[in-house]
Amino acid sequence: MPLLEASDVHGGYGGMNILNGVNMTIEADEIGVIVGPNGAGKSTMLKAIFGLLTVTAGEIRLRGELINNLSPHRLVEMGMGFVPQERNIFPGLTVEENLDMGAFLKPATAPRMKAQIYDIFPPLRDKRRQPAGELSGGQRQMVAMGRAMMNEPGMLLLDEPTAGLSPRYMNEIFERIRAINAAGVGILMVEQNARQALGIAHRGFVLAAGQNRFTDSGEALLNDPRVARSFLGG
Amino acid sequence: MNELIFFFNYVVVAGSVTGSIYAIGAIGVTLIYSILRFAHFAHADMMTLGAFIALLLTMAFPHAGDVVGLPTAIVMLPLSMALTSLAAVGIDRVCYQPLRAQGVRPIVMVIASLGVALMLQGAIRLFAGTGAQSLYVEARKAIFRIELPGVARPIVVTEPQLILFVLTVVAVVGLQLFLTRTRMGKAMRAMSDNPDLARACGINTRVIITLTWLIAGSLAAMAGTLLSLDVAFKPDLSFFLLLPIFAAAIVGGVGNPWGAIAGGFLVGFAETLAVFNWAVLLRPLQAMLPAWLELPNNLALVGTEYKIVVPFFILIAVLVWRPTGLFKGKVI
Ligand SMILES: Nc1ncnc2c1ncn2[C@@H]1O[C@H](COP(=O)(O)OP(=O)(O)O)[C@@H](O)[C@H]1O
Ligand SMILES: [Mg+2]
Repeated sequence: MPLLEASDVHGGYGGMNILNGVNMTIEADEIGVIVGPNGAGKSTMLKAIFGLLTVTAGEIRLRGELINNLSPHRLVEMGMGFVPQERNIFPGLTVEENLDMGAFLKPATAPRMKAQIYDIFPPLRDKRRQPAGELSGGQRQMVAMGRAMMNEPGMLLLDEPTAGLSPRYMNEIFERIRAINAAGVGILMVEQNARQALGIAHRGFVLAAGQNRFTDSGEALLNDPRVARSFLGG
Repeated sequence: MNELIFFFNYVVVAGSVTGSIYAIGAIGVTLIYSILRFAHFAHADMMTLGAFIALLLTMAFPHAGDVVGLPTAIVMLPLSMALTSLAAVGIDRVCYQPLRAQGVRPIVMVIASLGVALMLQGAIRLFAGTGAQSLYVEARKAIFRIELPGVARPIVVTEPQLILFVLTVVAVVGLQLFLTRTRMGKAMRAMSDNPDLARACGINTRVIITLTWLIAGSLAAMAGTLLSLDVAFKPDLSFFLLLPIFAAAIVGGVGNPWGAIAGGFLVGFAETLAVFNWAVLLRPLQAMLPAWLELPNNLALVGTEYKIVVPFFILIAVLVWRPTGLFKGKVI
């Protein structure tokens, strides 16, 4: 049974449809990557999965269970984590407090998970008493991902985790995402750095105008000249 | 030396009293703003309500304080704080919650709170009348005179003032510990920082809002009761409190409780200094001044009756000079 299965998903903001039938399947140990032009509906798809906007048609299933329009709160309880593209940390809280909030529903696991997250993102350990808002962009992204992982999710949704980062940090974040996935967390992420992201993807989805344009393994999409021409900048 | 004691009594003591009251009121305003994102104009009336409840309880059991040797109103304070905070939660459920559910703009909430303010004022007048009443029912206020050797004039502090100072410190330290050490306190700061993300973490908005009203309501009752105990209960207390507590919250940076405390003391001391009669301090220098320069009897910046302009003035000065408040606002 797939970890996440979305079939023919429609939805949008206040009556305006942005998603016009999106299909995605991700197995438990996989990384899925969504690429596509600006405004294609990539972020909208993640928000639809996480219950932040209304799905008007189609089905989204987590481990076979229908999760259409469940509240984010409920989805967190079911083991889903979401890192939005923007405003994804608590800037006034310290790094450690940000992580604690990620385990708000499971405070007992917090110490163990924090130790684990500091091992994945060593810079956070040194800065754990600093307000997260004072960190660099890359470190903030680490806080955001760490916070989402505190709840021990089985499925992590990441919206452009490397947006605005220097190449050095970008590689580091991709590295970490691979490590998180290797630890058994299924990942669905949206990425602008399409080549690199598809390089680590088991499954790739090219979205345009709210629909799948291409769906294949990451490697196959990278090698497909039509994808390269239209969506990867040649 | 006498003059310095005079200064101490009329500025240091009086300023600390006013400052504490404003600070505790402003903390409530700022907490409500940081969680609910609107200016709660009924806050000063919640302070009055707390004092009124303490007055009713004191009238019902005038000798309850004798048992422990404290003013009865102080013994009744925990109960008044509890009842006021429950009233605050009730008002939220009846008046503000339905508007929130509609997703109205903040200005609508502000107007609603103005309505709540008028309603509370009316209700309190209906039961308390319009006159001033002492919270010392069948008892007298203890006044401490501390004599310093070789000085004729004593330092004067009243019992309610001492209690106020102690409880202010307790409240501030308690709030600080709550916000930084407890799970719910951190969740409250998280909610103020980034409400969407807080919800995505599974933090329940409703619980945090209720908690906010419980804290703001009980602090309001505490400040209102202690002020009334020191002076007297008046149904129009809120008229003299509303502007200063808002000035304090804004001056300190809205959403920042430590700023609210600093703002409260700033406004409190500014008020006291503005009405202080400087002639008393300068009088000993009269002998050194040329004969044609005679000190007037009253050298206060503003008359007591115009005290209320002081917070206005500070507010405008801060907003012009530093619009985000002295300390950066917006988050707890
Ligand atoms: N909160 C919103 N309300 C209304 N329309 C929105 C909102 N967010 C995004 N949109 C619109 O939805 C479309 C898809 O946006 P989005 O999913 O963010 O694209 P992207 O693929 O770049 O992530 C865009 O046309 C955008 O203008
Ligand atoms: Mg996007």
